[in-house]
Amino acid sequence: MKKLFAMLLVLAMVLSMAACGASAPAATEAPAAEKPAEAPAAEGSVYYLNFKPEQDEAWQNLAKEYTEKTGVPVTVLTAASGTYEETLMAEMGKSEAPTLFQVNGPVGLANWMDYCYDLSGSELYSHLVGDDFALKDGNAVLGIGYALETYGIIVNKTLLEKAGYTVDDIQSFADLKKVAEDITARSAELGFSAFSSAGMESSSDWRFKTHLANLPIYFEYQADGISTTTAIKGTYLDNYRQIWDLYINNSTCAPAELSAKTGDDSLNEFRNGQAAFYQNGSWAYGDLTGTFSDDELAMIPIYIGAGDEAKQGLCTGCENYWCVNKDADQADIDATLTFLNWCVTEGAEALANDMGFVIPFDTAVESNNLFARMANAYIADGKTPVSWNFTTMPSEEWKNMVGQALTAYAADQTDANWDAVVTAFVDGWASEYALLG
Amino acid sequence: MVKATKKWWPIFVLPTFLAFIIGFIVPFLEGLYLSFCKFTTINKAAWVGIGNYVKVFEDAQFWTSLGFTASFTVVSTILINVLAFAVALALTKGIKGTNVFRTVYFMPNLIGGIVLGYIWNILINCVLSIAGQPLLALNNKAGYWGMIILMCWQQIGYMMIIYIAGLQSIPGSLIEAARIDGATGWQTLIKVKIPNVMPSITICMFLTLTNSFKLFDQNLALTGGDPNHSTEMLALNIYNNFYARSGAAWKGIGQAKAVVFCLMVIAISMIQLKATRSKEVQQ
Repeated sequence: MKKLFAMLLVLAMVLSMAACGASAPAATEAPAAEKPAEAPAAEGSVYYLNFKPEQDEAWQNLAKEYTEKTGVPVTVLTAASGTYEETLMAEMGKSEAPTLFQVNGPVGLANWMDYCYDLSGSELYSHLVGDDFALKDGNAVLGIGYALETYGIIVNKTLLEKAGYTVDDIQSFADLKKVAEDITARSAELGFSAFSSAGMESSSDWRFKTHLANLPIYFEYQADGISTTTAIKGTYLDNYRQIWDLYINNSTCAPAELSAKTGDDSLNEFRNGQAAFYQNGSWAYGDLTGTFSDDELAMIPIYIGAGDEAKQGLCTGCENYWCVNKDADQADIDATLTFLNWCVTEGAEALANDMGFVIPFDTAVESNNLFARMANAYIADGKTPVSWNFTTMPSEEWKNMVGQALTAYAADQTDANWDAVVTAFVDGWASEYALLG
Repeated sequence: MVKATKKWWPIFVLPTFLAFIIGFIVPFLEGLYLSFCKFTTINKAAWVGIGNYVKVFEDAQFWTSLGFTASFTVVSTILINVLAFAVALALTKGIKGTNVFRTVYFMPNLIGGIVLGYIWNILINCVLSIAGQPLLALNNKAGYWGMIILMCWQQIGYMMIIYIAGLQSIPGSLIEAARIDGATGWQTLIKVKIPNVMPSITICMFLTLTNSFKLFDQNLALTGGDPNHSTEMLALNIYNNFYARSGAAWKGIGQAKAVVFCLMVIAISMIQLKATRSKEVQQ
């Protein structure tokens, strides 16, 4: 069975490598073997299992820099996109387990609760600006959020101006709809579409089943004054339908083809100037800088026609939390804590610029990531950022079912198919929470 | 000679036996133990008893997957064997270019299942798109037949090679005797050739049956179980049990499923081996 299990893991890795193609770095290992000769022996080492393929290279560089400075070996392994849980399970079962890993919010923590070192006494925690960014169990701090990221609708300003609009013209869902539908009506003449394809292929459908679905959840939580629930009501699902309709019907391809479109397709369409809008986040900045200058890009809030749109900012939040493996050797744990502290102090610039994170520590420096700066600009403008509530989604299964229903609805936009989305959203939420037990 | 073998056999058996113990027996027993536990990593397991198995049989998706797997296995096993045998017959008739055909038919088998799955996914989606049908992710009929086509395409060449070897080992004198006795081509096939290739049929049936039943990579890459788990075969269902929800309990349930699945595969292949073995003839 272990053999079967190992094979499944290998298959999963092979699969995702094949799926990622050349654009995303698959599991890559840092040259940790290049330990400097003068390195002090038995000082402990750091093994970091990283969740975000986009930042793999930046982490490798940071690790190398740290090793050169201190002689402490740091290995960074990045799981291929979408296979983090699998990789983590396999790695944690080994004798050389990761000393540093990540969980996705409170639901993700459920798997790893028994493996997390209490960080409450660490120097890293003392730099954290508030307990909003810590995952706590009683007084124990099990996870520390390290990256604030932002998503919204990325705009190609050049194309928007070509269509006769500016970013300032879009202040609400009604504006967005008007602009998008106008572009669609004239797309043959303009030579581009409004939205890049909302790819629902399973490796990238998280843009809609998770990130877009955050908006109706956020507004419901706001209206009810709660921060999590085991029974969602779906108050704003009609708004979810509105924005989804807008995305799929004003896009570069026919809605029925979305089930086979990937996130890479979507990115390439945006880069090639085939679409003016592209829903993604600050992590996509690196993919766009080669093609666009900062002046050509902007990010606007995802308006869905709910809440006070005049005050709506970008979606900013924290999904990923650092956890330290409590079963590791004490020397390794200490080395890991020292490394983390170094990352948020001396490495703060790399975190901000190379990785594009706004870090929730008192040592933060301003990021050169355009979208991170725009998020702050919106806040300075008096707008309220939309928080990330998708960490309260009950399970991967729930997301998959919603994604599946959204895809089916896109192919055939009937009320009955939308009812299936609502069922997956509302009933699925309750039944999946019940199964978590 | 016989005496020496009797005396020294443990030495010859030992290396393979050790490998078998390390690579199969120990993990299997550990897996069996884990199926009664809840766990996240295998070295921190907490005993929960028989509960995992109860949950397996209560899971409606398990039965749906079992039904889907069974219907897939029956159809693909029959199709692959009939077609492979037909191709083997054609390629033992001494047609020109036989070797080229044999090589070409065998080639698909050299490509990995995941890669094949993605290639066929693109092909089938193109066809469906042209035909104006829902694409694979929303179309379980296309998913089912797509998997059958994919498996046939991949496996026929392999089974063909085994059948060719079987057909070539039939003594020429038997065929000649049949011809002199006035048997038609059809009679020769049914009464002489098929009984004589029964060993090949046994092995091919065994391979196709277990391959189809245990199918994972092609399933994952081609349909991923979409839509709504309706094309999810048992192996993929087990995999999804592990990762679709967080919480230690689900790993134990997945593990229990894997044990049930393993027992099923053993039972089915035993029955099949017994059934086809009994039809083999001694030359």
